[in-house]
Amino acid sequence: MNYTFIALVENKPGVLNRVASLFRRRNFNIESLAVGRTDNPDVSRMTIVVSCPNGDVDAHRIEANLYKLVNVIDVQDVTHQPSVTRDLALIKVKVAPDRRAEVNGLAEIFRARIVDVAPDSVIVEITGTEDKIEGMMELLRPIGIVEMVRTGQVAMTRGVNDGVRRMPGMSDRHYEEVPVAAMVP
Amino acid sequence: MKLKGAEIVWECLMREGVEVVFGYPGGANMPIYDAMLNYPVHHVLVRHEQGGAHMADGYARVSGKVGVAMATSGPGATNLVTGIATAMMDSVPVVFITGQVAAHLIGGDAFQETDVTGITLPITKHNYLVTRADQIAETICEAFYIARSGRPGPVLVDICKNAQVESCEFVYPEEVKLPGYQPVTRSPRSLLDEAVALIEKAKKPVILCGHGVLMSKAEEELMQFAVKTQTPVTSTLLGLGAFPASHPLSLGMMGMHGEAYANNAIQNSDLILAFGMRFDDRVTGTLKTYAPKAKKIHIEIDPSEVHKNVFVDVPLVGDVKTVVSDLIPLVDEYDHDEWLEEINNWKNEADSRSIMNWEDDGKLYVAHLIGDIWKATGGGAIVTTDVGQHQMWTAQYYQLDKPNRWITSGGAGTMGFGLPSAIGAWFAAKDQEIWAIAGDGGFQMTAAELTTAVQEGANVKIAIMNNNFLGMVRQWQEFFFEKRYSAVNMLTPDFVKLAEAHGVPARLVTKREEVGEAIAWARKTRGPVVLEFRVEQEDAVYPMVPAGSALHEMIRRPVKQAA
Ligand SMILES: Cc1ncc(C[n+]2csc(CCOP(=O)(O)OP(=O)(O)O)c2C)c(N)n1
Ligand SMILES: [Mg+2]
Repeated sequence: MNYTFIALVENKPGVLNRVASLFRRRNFNIESLAVGRTDNPDVSRMTIVVSCPNGDVDAHRIEANLYKLVNVIDVQDVTHQPSVTRDLALIKVKVAPDRRAEVNGLAEIFRARIVDVAPDSVIVEITGTEDKIEGMMELLRPIGIVEMVRTGQVAMTRGVNDGVRRMPGMSDRHYEEVPVAAMVP
Repeated sequence: MKLKGAEIVWECLMREGVEVVFGYPGGANMPIYDAMLNYPVHHVLVRHEQGGAHMADGYARVSGKVGVAMATSGPGATNLVTGIATAMMDSVPVVFITGQVAAHLIGGDAFQETDVTGITLPITKHNYLVTRADQIAETICEAFYIARSGRPGPVLVDICKNAQVESCEFVYPEEVKLPGYQPVTRSPRSLLDEAVALIEKAKKPVILCGHGVLMSKAEEELMQFAVKTQTPVTSTLLGLGAFPASHPLSLGMMGMHGEAYANNAIQNSDLILAFGMRFDDRVTGTLKTYAPKAKKIHIEIDPSEVHKNVFVDVPLVGDVKTVVSDLIPLVDEYDHDEWLEEINNWKNEADSRSIMNWEDDGKLYVAHLIGDIWKATGGGAIVTTDVGQHQMWTAQYYQLDKPNRWITSGGAGTMGFGLPSAIGAWFAAKDQEIWAIAGDGGFQMTAAELTTAVQEGANVKIAIMNNNFLGMVRQWQEFFFEKRYSAVNMLTPDFVKLAEAHGVPARLVTKREEVGEAIAWARKTRGPVVLEFRVEQEDAVYPMVPAGSALHEMIRRPVKQAA
């Protein structure tokens, strides 16, 4: 199953490479990875979606190994936490002027926006969960998708809830003791 | 004070207390070598950068300080790679400083440009690319801090040529700012209490002592804990020396070539106390049947090692010395006489098979030779090894009572490690006797460093155990490939002449009766000496747990009738 981690890292050259290499080196498959600056210019935030065939055991390993990177400041696993996750997609659809209304209609239903109109195509911008984006794609496909791009998922927990932190003492934030029994496959 | 980047490098090394560096110059680090002339540092010109890396490694392991090795860009840096990986696998603090092409040339495939930080990313604890002079001081300060703190390891600093020649204001940082790097040293009381509850209940406990005990200088605490709780101690290959081999509670080495009684103790124990070790596959055998009856307490500074190979009941993340000191007052005195008695019976059974009890049959066995060197040196020498059968026999029979004198490549198993690490060790302990035990195969991998030993007057005694085979691979082919020998039969040079060509006095030993005298001669001859022993070609290291077997499924040395 896919797990979602939020990692705060130092905003320095090469840090993305270190994180990506770690997943390759430890033989994990990244489903999506989104990085951007935070309100603190020295800190970047990554949302990493990774496939974890061994569930929490893998999640523990990933967290522990992320902390081995000197530039990683904090890691939380938000997989099972109430959180808001968003993906943004730009989808270019080949559409003749007389069928534009159809695309418009679909966009409205999905709360998407038409952000560019050319003589024979439009670009649709859609934000939402993965499911919602896939749903929209499904309906646009018969009309004709020319190209599309997605940012990858970003995530934030709701309210004051934090994700799970399994590593005691690794960051100054609260961590949860995860009993071994719960992890043993 | 304005200084050139190259000078700043040395200013930093001086402040870190560096006395010796092992290196090799080239285009991209020439400014550093030029600046070196004005600093009171001893530079050892090695013959191959791999040798330099192993020397810095051996120096670090013996001195407990951070070792330093240098190389130029491109091929110089790539030659370091094996040495860096070796230090990484064994958690040895070494700072590697490499030259890089000028920053504006990076990415353009300039002459001798190699992406060294890219190559070494997975084999360093951390690495840096420095493109400006004003980054050097902070970077080197961080590099030393990261290398020696937490779980130690190699750190590489790649310095662009322009940064070496540009000038800037020099200030050495008073402290490092690393928000993402905070090694945990202490375990919470709640977990200590859980551990104590397991210790109280245990009837058959055993301590697994790893390299972490030596790294954290916790030998004294280990002794107190073991004696107070009457818990026997077995060591990993790298943990040897942390607990005296002659102590009644010592079980020697565990694992693939460990003592049968140590492995049996683990398989039968009801509580495992892992002190600074990482349950490597070479010590556990197959995990499915590993220590099936035991609860497990794991004291380990690196949280990523906890639950990695073996699920443990109580993880105590922290520095071994601190955590064990915290534990000692919480535990009562116990005796485990029945358990120790059970182990003693296994010990006696092992004795009946020991090659050490064989009568002299005129042949040279490595085990006997190691025993002879042990006797001659009173067991007190610093011993380095290469990798292979001779390494395992040395681990088994050079029984150590003191720490930090056993230098071997464990995690990486790097052939060619023996001679250069001995030279490095000598720089850390010039007043001590140093022996490098090498195989005929591995010795040839870094034999060029003999000249380095001569140039430096390194007082190291080199024993080449020549079985004319890549012995350990031959043993596997004998055991697991129906004796189909493939690419293990090796023509060796005349090692005596080879040594003499380098200016090293040398002797060939082919008979038992020559052994004692040869060892005595080597010991009293100043400077490097080579002894070549023509040993029994097809002896095997016992016991052996075949890879993937259970730890108690050992191939044992057949009992030999007394001659
Ligand atoms: C650099 C390197 N290459 C290959 C190996 C695989 N290997 C392990 S032991 C061994 C044989 C070593 O032979 P020798 O040095 O003669 O020692 P012996 O086992 O005979 O004592 C080999 C080839 C290795 N460990 N390191
Ligand atoms: Mg050999």
